[in-house]
Amino acid sequence: MAAEAQFHVLAVDDSVIDRKLIERLLKTSSYQVTAVDSGSKALGFLGIHEDEENNEASIHSVSPNHDDDDHHQDVDISLIITDYCMPEMTGYDLLRKIKESKSLKDIPVVIMSSDNIPSRINRCLEEGAEEFFLKPVQVSDVNKLKSHLLKGKAKESQPNINKRNIMEEMSSPDRTITNYGGLENV
Amino acid sequence: MERNQMHKHIFLMRQSFFDQGLLDDQFIQLEELQDDANPNFVEEVVTLYYRDSSRTILNIEQSLEKNPLDFNKLDNYMHQFKGSSTSIGAKKVKAECTQFREYCRAGNGEGCMRTFQQLKKEYAILKKKLETYFQQTRQAGPSETACRPRMN
Repeated sequence: MAAEAQFHVLAVDDSVIDRKLIERLLKTSSYQVTAVDSGSKALGFLGIHEDEENNEASIHSVSPNHDDDDHHQDVDISLIITDYCMPEMTGYDLLRKIKESKSLKDIPVVIMSSDNIPSRINRCLEEGAEEFFLKPVQVSDVNKLKSHLLKGKAKESQPNINKRNIMEEMSSPDRTITNYGGLENV
Repeated sequence: MERNQMHKHIFLMRQSFFDQGLLDDQFIQLEELQDDANPNFVEEVVTLYYRDSSRTILNIEQSLEKNPLDFNKLDNYMHQFKGSSTSIGAKKVKAECTQFREYCRAGNGEGCMRTFQQLKKEYAILKKKLETYFQQTRQAGPSETACRPRMN
């Protein structure tokens, strides 16, 4: 589908092997990919700088409509997928900063981790992560991103998408946790 | 060696990696990501793994020489290393990583050192076998049928 080529995913992982893997996985689904090795680099790419993130009149934005920006204003990130365990800034820290940012908070965020720790997973989902993938990430996981990408584009979620996801969750092995916005799951 | 025989030989070699528990399903996932546009993806990932993890191995080695042992640091290194090993499907290496981390948590230095020796052995064995596998695959060239034998 021609629409798929428009989705630009930002992948964040300090492991060079996992970066190569996630990049390949995402490209297989025809997403454009930018992979960085840290949360701070991710924020830099997204146009957020620590001292200005809460600035009301922030001149940094990733929306293509803001022509007066000087950094990365042409970058339209559809989804951020980040590792949890990273030095200095964890995926959770990055998630929080994104959700605290006026310009970035609506970008769907997915967390990946090699550890299956329920409290960690819940914390991320509560903070607004769309999904939590257990590593190593599979093609079937990446296939689940589509609905989040479409949601991000369309702002309004359609009931059918959630229903399909619930059915997928029931039939697929318990490897991903999807955030249905308050509904109890897994 | 005749081409078909080479391919059969490679097929059996690959099969033995799974039968002997050296590799798991994740390796197949990597193979699934290989295609005409990315014909050497698996070899690239494996090469990257051995290059990247050699540094971690060195760090662990140096840390094991310290007295007293910093089990937290060792565990962190091993967490990284286990992650990479998992990503390429290195089953036996991954098992040694898990064992090592258990010894870290138990504060068992002897156990850590013993396990690390075993880990390095498995790591080296796998490296040699995969190098041979990739080399022979390249030499054999494309097979007449689909390159990747499918495992269900």
